[in-house]
Amino acid sequence: MASSENNILLKVEDLKMHFPIYKGLIRRQVGAVHAVDGISFDVMRGETLGLVGESGCGKSTTGRAILQLYKPTAGKIVFDGTNLVSLKSEDMRLMRRKMQMIFQDPYASLNPRMTVGEIVGEPLLVHNIASGREVDEQVAHLLEIVKLNPSFSTRYPHEFSGGQRQRIGIARSLALHPSFIVCDEPISALDVSIQAQVVNLLEELQEQFNLTYLFIAHDLSMVRHISNRIAVMYLGVIVELADRDTLYEKPLHPYSQALLSAVPIPDPFAESKHKRTILQGDVPSPVNPPSGCRFRTRCPIAESVCAESRPEFRELNPGHFVACHFADRFL
Amino acid sequence: MSENTLLRLEDLKLHFQTTKGVVQAVDGVNFSLGYNEAVVVLGESGCGKSSLAKAILRLLPRNVASYSGKVFLNGTDIMAYDDEEFRRNVRWVMMSLVPQAAMNSLNPVLKVGDQVAEPLMTHHGIKKEEALQTARTMFQHVGVPEAFLDRYAFELSGGMRQRVAIAMALVTSPALVVLDEPTSALDVLTQANIFNVLKRLKHELETSFILITHDIATSSELADRVAVMYAGQIVEVGDAKSFFTAPLHPYSKKLMASVPRLRGDQEPEFITGSPPSLLNLPTGCRFRDRCPAAFGRCSEEPPVTVIDQRLVKCWLFN
Ligand SMILES: Nc1ncnc2c1ncn2[C@@H]1O[C@H](COP(=O)(O)OP(=O)(O)OP(=O)(O)O)[C@@H](O)[C@H]1O
Ligand SMILES: Nc1ncnc2c1ncn2[C@@H]1O[C@H](COP(=O)(O)OP(=O)(O)O)[C@@H](O)[C@H]1O
Ligand code: SF4
Ligand code: SF4
Ligand SMILES: [Mg+2]
Ligand SMILES: [Mg+2]
Repeated sequence: MASSENNILLKVEDLKMHFPIYKGLIRRQVGAVHAVDGISFDVMRGETLGLVGESGCGKSTTGRAILQLYKPTAGKIVFDGTNLVSLKSEDMRLMRRKMQMIFQDPYASLNPRMTVGEIVGEPLLVHNIASGREVDEQVAHLLEIVKLNPSFSTRYPHEFSGGQRQRIGIARSLALHPSFIVCDEPISALDVSIQAQVVNLLEELQEQFNLTYLFIAHDLSMVRHISNRIAVMYLGVIVELADRDTLYEKPLHPYSQALLSAVPIPDPFAESKHKRTILQGDVPSPVNPPSGCRFRTRCPIAESVCAESRPEFRELNPGHFVACHFADRFL
Repeated sequence: MSENTLLRLEDLKLHFQTTKGVVQAVDGVNFSLGYNEAVVVLGESGCGKSSLAKAILRLLPRNVASYSGKVFLNGTDIMAYDDEEFRRNVRWVMMSLVPQAAMNSLNPVLKVGDQVAEPLMTHHGIKKEEALQTARTMFQHVGVPEAFLDRYAFELSGGMRQRVAIAMALVTSPALVVLDEPTSALDVLTQANIFNVLKRLKHELETSFILITHDIATSSELADRVAVMYAGQIVEVGDAKSFFTAPLHPYSKKLMASVPRLRGDQEPEFITGSPPSLLNLPTGCRFRDRCPAAFGRCSEEPPVTVIDQRLVKCWLFN
C-alpha cells in the first residue's frame, strides 16, 4: 500500500492533550482536563477532512495540537513524513510555514491596531521571506486572491464586515504558501449568505493551490458541502470516521445518528418530516470522563459492557471507522 | 383591528444619530402578531433586526435621532405611554426580551436563581422567598435542574446559560417574548434542545414569540409566520408553511437558497454584494442592486401587495 501511504499528508497517532488543573498556594496538580484523549486519523493530500462535534468536545484543541500550538501530552503527529512532536523549535518554525490556521472569530482574531496590509504581510516579515516593496506587492496579490480590493491594505479591521474580515484572515494564512490549513469554525460567526461565500472561496483556493484542509465545524449541513471525509468527535475521542456520503446516509455510531437527526431542515413542509431524536443532558465533564464508552451516559442503546470496556475504534467497512460495541447492528 | 391581535406595529421607525450621519435602522415597519403565535423575523446581519427588538421594547440607546410610529398592544397604543407608564405596564410585565448574546451577559457575581427572581422583585414588588419559588418553577419549564439555582453563570454551559436567560424573560409571565438570535452561537444539539424548550413553552404557557434570527433552518421549527427584513424594512410577511415552501420576494428566495442542505446535491448559493448602508439608502427598491429580477420600475419605491393573505413589497407582484 505504498501509494496510499504516499497520499497521506498528515498522520495523527494516539494524540492526547491533557490540561493540568492546579489548586492551592503551592499549585498542586489536582487533576486534568482530558480535552483530547487518544485519537488517530489520517488526512490525505488535497482532501478536506471535516471534524464535527458539540461545543467543548476537543475540536479546537485537536487543531491546535496538530499545529504544535500546544505541546501534546502524548502521541505522534506525522506531517509529510516528519514527526512534529520531536522536532527542534527551529525546524518546527520552518515546518510551520506549511501549516496554517484560520480562526473562528473574525472579530477577535485580527489585531485592531494593525492595518490590513500589516496583518496580511506580517508572516512574510516574520519568516524573512520578503521585505520592503516586495511585501506590498505580495499583500496586494494575496488580497486579490481572496477577492478583496488591494486598496484595502491601508485600512483597519474594524472598517470591514465579518465576511470581509474572514477573507483578510484567509489572505494572511495563504501568505507563506502553506499546503495544509486548519480551518477552525471559519464560518460559525457569519450570516448564512456570507457563509456560502466564504466556503466557496475556500473551495476555489483549495483547487488553485492544491491545499489540504482540516475543517472544524459544528454545522453539519455546511460541513457536508466542503468535506470529502468526516470525523465525529465526542468528549475528546473520535467516535466515527467515514467518507461524507456514507456518514450522512448510514451513520453507525449512536452519537453520529443523534447529531444528524438534530439538524433542522429549512423547509420542513416541503421535505418529508424526519424523526428527530434529541439527546438529553449535557456532555459530561472532560475532567472525569465516564469509564468505558464516553457516550454511555447519553446513549439510547447502552448496555452494561459499555461502562466496563472502552470500545475500540475499528474499521467496520473499508474506510469506515467506528468506536461502538454494537455498531454492527446498524450495518 | 382583528380580535386576536396581540401586537401590531404601524410605520415603526428608529433612527440613530452617528458622526457619519443618521442610521435608518428601523424604517417604517408594519406587521402584527396574534395570541400564542410565533413570528420569525429573518434577515442578514445589519438589516436592523436587533434595532427592531429595541424599538418594540423601547430599550433605546442614547443616540436616538428619531423614534416614531404606533405600537398597539392588546389594542392600546403603547407609544403614547410615557416612560414611567411603559415600565409599569409593558416592559417585563406584558413583554420581555432575551437580548442577543444574553447567555454571555448574565451577572457573574449573582447566583443565577437570584437573577431569574429579580424581575419579579423589582417589577412586581414580590418578596424574595416567593420570587425564588417562581424562579424554581421557571427553571423546570426551561429544563434547568433546580440545583442550578444556587450556581453562578460561569459554572454553566452555553446552552444552560441560554435557558437561564429565557427563564429570566419568562418569569413575569409576559404575553410576548422577543428573542434576539437565541441560538446562533450554539451547536446543533444545544440549538435543538432550546427550540424544544420554546415549543413546549408556547404550548404550556401560551406565550407569543417574536424570534429574530438569521438561522433559517432552525427557525422553521417554531415559526407560525415569517417576516423578512431588509435594509430596515419588512419586505415579506406570510404564514410559515407557504413561506418555507415557496417564498415570494426575490430576497427571500435568495435567503432560502443560501441555506446548506443535509440531503440532496443542491449547492448553497450566496447573495452577491451586501445590504446597503443604512446611512444613505438607495431610492426605489432597496434590494435593487442585488436583485436578479430587477427591472425599470424598481427605481421607484415598490408598494406592498397582498396575495392570499401574504404581504410582499416588490414590483413583480403589482
Ligand atoms: N488551555 C486550556 N486549559 C484548560 N482546559 C482547556 C484549555 N483549552 C481547552 N480546554 C478544555 O478542553 C475541552 C475541549 O476544548 P476545545 O476548545 O478543544 O473544544 P471545541 O470542540 O473546539 O469546542 P467549541 O465548539 O466550543 O469551539 C473543553 O472542556 C475546554 O474547556
Ligand atoms: N446605537 C446605535 N447607534 C448607531 N448605529 C446603530 C446603533 N445600533 C445599531 N446601529 C446600526 O444599525 C444597523 C442595524 O443594526 P442591528 O439592528 O443590530 O442589525 P441586525 O440585528 O439585523 O444585525 C447597523 O448598521 C448598526 O451598525
Ligand atoms: S459502546 Fe455502548 S454506550 Fe457507547 S455508543 Fe456503543 S452502545 Fe452506546
Ligand atoms: S422591486 Fe424590483 S428590485 Fe426590488 S425585489 Fe422586486 S424585482 Fe427586485
Ligand atoms: Mg473550538
Ligand atoms: Mg442583531
